[in-house]
Amino acid sequence: MMIKFVLMVNRQGQTRLSRYYQPVELSRRAALEADVVRCCLSRRKEQVPEGHTSCGSAAAPLRLLSLRPLCPQCSFVEYRDFKLVYRQYAALYIVVGVTDAENELSIYELVHNFVEVLDKYFSRVSELDIMFNLDKVHIILDEMIQNGHIVETNKTRVLAPLTALDKMADG
Amino acid sequence: MSDVVEKTLTALPSLLSLDPQPGSAKLSSTSKLGNLIRGITELTSKHEEEKLIQHELASIKDQVSSPNTSMMKELMVRAIYCESLGYEASFTYIHAIKLAQQGTALEKRVGYLAVSLFLNESHELLLLLVNTVLKDLQSTNLIEVCMALTVVSQMFPKDMIPAILPLVEEKLNHPKEIIRRKAVLALYKFYLIAPNQVQHIHNKFRKALCDKDPGVMTASLHIYLQMIQENPEGYKDLTASFVTILKQVVGGKLPMDFNYHSVPAPWLQIQLLRILALLGKNDQSASAVMYEVLDESLRRAEMNHNITYAILYECVKCIYTIHPKSDLLEKAAKCIGNFVLSPKINLKYLGLKALTYVVQQDPRLALQHQMTIIECLDHSDLIIKRETLELLFRITNAQNVVVIVEKMLEFLRVNTDDYTTIDLVGKVAELAEKYPSDTMSTVFSVGGDMMQPDIPNSFLKLLSEGFDSVEEDRKLRLFAVDSYITLLQKEPGKLPQRFLQVISWVLGEYSHLKDELEPTVVLKLLAKLLDMKHTSSETKSWILMAMTKLCEGGAEVSVVREVSETYSSSMDTVLRQRAHELQYLSQDSELRAKVLLRDNGLRPLEVDSSLSFLDGFVSEALAAGAAPYKPPHQRQEELAQAKALSLEPYGLSLPMSMSSCSITDRQSPTLLSMSSGLSGDSAEISHKGGSTSLKLDGVKRVWGREGYLPQRAAVEEAAQVEVPCTLRSPSQQGDADSSHSQTPTSTPTPTEPDPEKQQLASLFFGLSSQSSVCLMGKPEPTPHRFRRKAKGVTDPTSSSLISTPSNVEKLLCNNLLDSNIASELAVSSAKQITELPQGLKTASSAADEDPDRPKDLCLISHLPAELSELCHSEITPLCTIQSILCAVNSCQYRGDVLIQTPFNHLHQVTHVSAELKKSTQCLSFAHSDVTFPCRPLTVSTEEYGTMWLSFSHDTKQNLTLIGDGQEALTATLNVLKQKLQLHVVEIIGQEGILSCRLLQDQPCLMHCRVHAGTLAVWLRSPVPDLPDCLIYHCQRALQEY
Repeated sequence: MMIKFVLMVNRQGQTRLSRYYQPVELSRRAALEADVVRCCLSRRKEQVPEGHTSCGSAAAPLRLLSLRPLCPQCSFVEYRDFKLVYRQYAALYIVVGVTDAENELSIYELVHNFVEVLDKYFSRVSELDIMFNLDKVHIILDEMIQNGHIVETNKTRVLAPLTALDKMADG
Repeated sequence: MSDVVEKTLTALPSLLSLDPQPGSAKLSSTSKLGNLIRGITELTSKHEEEKLIQHELASIKDQVSSPNTSMMKELMVRAIYCESLGYEASFTYIHAIKLAQQGTALEKRVGYLAVSLFLNESHELLLLLVNTVLKDLQSTNLIEVCMALTVVSQMFPKDMIPAILPLVEEKLNHPKEIIRRKAVLALYKFYLIAPNQVQHIHNKFRKALCDKDPGVMTASLHIYLQMIQENPEGYKDLTASFVTILKQVVGGKLPMDFNYHSVPAPWLQIQLLRILALLGKNDQSASAVMYEVLDESLRRAEMNHNITYAILYECVKCIYTIHPKSDLLEKAAKCIGNFVLSPKINLKYLGLKALTYVVQQDPRLALQHQMTIIECLDHSDLIIKRETLELLFRITNAQNVVVIVEKMLEFLRVNTDDYTTIDLVGKVAELAEKYPSDTMSTVFSVGGDMMQPDIPNSFLKLLSEGFDSVEEDRKLRLFAVDSYITLLQKEPGKLPQRFLQVISWVLGEYSHLKDELEPTVVLKLLAKLLDMKHTSSETKSWILMAMTKLCEGGAEVSVVREVSETYSSSMDTVLRQRAHELQYLSQDSELRAKVLLRDNGLRPLEVDSSLSFLDGFVSEALAAGAAPYKPPHQRQEELAQAKALSLEPYGLSLPMSMSSCSITDRQSPTLLSMSSGLSGDSAEISHKGGSTSLKLDGVKRVWGREGYLPQRAAVEEAAQVEVPCTLRSPSQQGDADSSHSQTPTSTPTPTEPDPEKQQLASLFFGLSSQSSVCLMGKPEPTPHRFRRKAKGVTDPTSSSLISTPSNVEKLLCNNLLDSNIASELAVSSAKQITELPQGLKTASSAADEDPDRPKDLCLISHLPAELSELCHSEITPLCTIQSILCAVNSCQYRGDVLIQTPFNHLHQVTHVSAELKKSTQCLSFAHSDVTFPCRPLTVSTEEYGTMWLSFSHDTKQNLTLIGDGQEALTATLNVLKQKLQLHVVEIIGQEGILSCRLLQDQPCLMHCRVHAGTLAVWLRSPVPDLPDCLIYHCQRALQEY
């Protein structure tokens, strides 16, 4: 059982972040991502009722954790010979590809833990934070998942190396 | 673009200037990265994206080589962006390594990050990182040590592990927990890529497991899970430790910051439960240690949160994996019940998944939840349906199979995903075979050409062999005919090719069962199929064969004539052959009656592959002065002699050598030409079908290349009929009956279910306690598998399975050569060789009768043990041990001597015969030539050249050379020549060309070149499997040498 990849995609299907834990050739990634996004986003219509998008204020970027994700649909999708676990935060989708033997619900919550960590670091994380700090998001993710396994979930500990780096840069 | 993005974009400038957050603070909206992100966000088309990224890459390339490192981090992030959109930025890789080497703090980290994102584990640039890692590991700056350990635990060149291993080991004793933890994770990585390298530090893993810091302990669990998966026995002594750890975690002994939504370290609990499941599996004493903590886990996880459900799921799986304890099982079952009944879809899914796992242990659990399961089938969410089908597949039995398969087919009809289709079609077919019914036509039309090719094959076999009762068979076949006719009358154009093949076979074989059906109607339908544009030529030949079977003269002749005229000039040789068959047989009804027996499959046909019926013909021909047949080796010898005298070095081509045979035996060349026709025929089939098609035509090959072979058919008719012995045991029958009559015990359901669903609940009838045993536990080896009627030596299906050369090959490779049976055969044949002359005498004296066989040879005893236990017919002493060897030999001149039934469990050599009459030479020859039945093919270099270009199937491989230096090539080729009877056409410098053939017109060419100390071999042949097979034998031959 393991995690094959973590993707962050927006509603337009643009990849914001991708991390593969099994070698996938660069040329095949775009197609795979498009396919995965199609699988998950095709369910979007039922998932987000009309008017849901207006929750964010006009002036500020949408905070990811401000919305309670609605979930009338299953968050797990079968894709080829593995499963996709996806979770929506505002306009951002986080999709995790896992093997069939993996405990999908625990991954589903791992995603939430990840977003909570991001929220803690960026204090009120938004999609823009992720875009402008791609390197840091990657560093955080690397603290949590390695080789397709969950290696740390304790928020303080996940952030410890990065905050140390920030301090070094400041001082 | 959505309004959200628009809003965020308008907010962008103010955000960038006002936001005091780390990271974004330093970015100005005019920065390059800012521009890139803005550009990416505004993209509307793929084309635009490409333009933008190409431009970006050019700009990065421009700047990256300038020595200004302050920009480097940003450049890297931009490159990461480009790569994550799928555009290669390989020119930045080296700079990423440089940044990791020279940068400070965050820059260094980004450098490492870029390396881990850009490079894969085998990338050569990774070696350049080793020094940097070494330096950082020795750094006094903990952050740098940390970074180095992180990157090492993500990727590291395997060969360089020893260089840093001592340093990493040292870190295991570091005072800082984060360093110890990362060191353990680095060791885990080493264990994954090179387990041998870390074998000596297993005791350090134990130390990590007992570390006072929970983080370090958690990290060590990764190693343990991996090691225990590989060898559960080796770590049983740790069971108590894991249990204690879990107890402490569950009891909330960890610091608060390990909690997630007030659940203590949930992922750690899950990890521990997985380890416990592995340790407790099939181990009562280890399981006993766990019961208490599992019970507590179940109890504690009562909070209403997803993560507790995730833990519960793992807990339930563990309880059902380890040695069972009844009260725990009860609780776990209740837990699953709650999951399945939950309105939350994610939970329902997990419940179904757990249930699928659990029913393999205890099918009654499905019974409890039958109504919920049935509701799940109609769930709007695909994955719930899919998981339910998976569950149903596991609980299928004879009573519910129809409903379940129907549900699966329903799903297949709406499903659009190829992977799911292939998976489900396979499952339906498996069920249909286990519990035969008429669902297969739906499977064929829905599954289409995507399904595995063996599915239609086994279906046809099922149909032709029939089940227990004649009446059932008749019904099933009639049903098939009926439904297929209807299908053809509708829109046959939409049906997949494989299904059309099945349809035409069934109609050809069984449409006569339906009395009121005029053959003309069927023929017209079939003719319509032929005219369709996209009907493949393989399908067309199936259709023509069906027509041959159907055409009885009379009204339908006109249809047939038209068809056969069209195709008798076809470019496709197989089609042309079929058309000729059709033409002749439709005109000669007397002959047709002889050739195509309509025996409803009750009387298995027998093929006399020794062609003894030709004896009369042969002696006539001999009397008329024809040249006798000579075995190949004899021809070869003569050829060699002739060559020695010949002045032309490469002039002798094969046909000449054949016709130049001198008269030394009583056989005629007519036989030779006819048998070559036969072999040619089978060669064509093997061309055509490759490995994917089955030759279930049921039409005996009566046409050689030279024309019609009347004697052969006549003798086939007279051939002995085998009485099939039934394998069906009365007790099995009784079992089946009792399970039918059993009264279903469905549990009462809370709500009043609608009648349809109640009817669906019949799904679970078979699951009542009594029959559940045989459902899941498989008490009989193949409880519900249809009982095959034991076949006669040959039956209608296998009779047409005249083995193609590749079958011969497989037989040789799998059954004879690679097992010790070959040597056994050789020994026994040597012993019994003395009996032969007697047999031969009788054979020649009674040429019209069946060939006389050596009497007391019990073939069964010579079958390998695993074969003799399988269902096999009484083996008629047609085959003798010698004849197997002869057959191996004789397949050189005739493709149809060895007959094998290559179906699932019937690997027996059913029908082996050979012409014992030929000569004793043949026998002695058999000993030397048993390895590979090919013989030299004498061609000139020019001929070789033209042949080479025309062959389509090839394979390449490197072989080891024998000897070294200049002579290596010659020496190696000589070995091949001796061992495999290959013909060395020419050797030019370091290259050589060889040729051989399996049958008359199944040549195989070989091109060898000495390259870098090995022999690069390139084989080509028109026969699909021949090159692969020959290369295998070449390898063997060289190894043995």
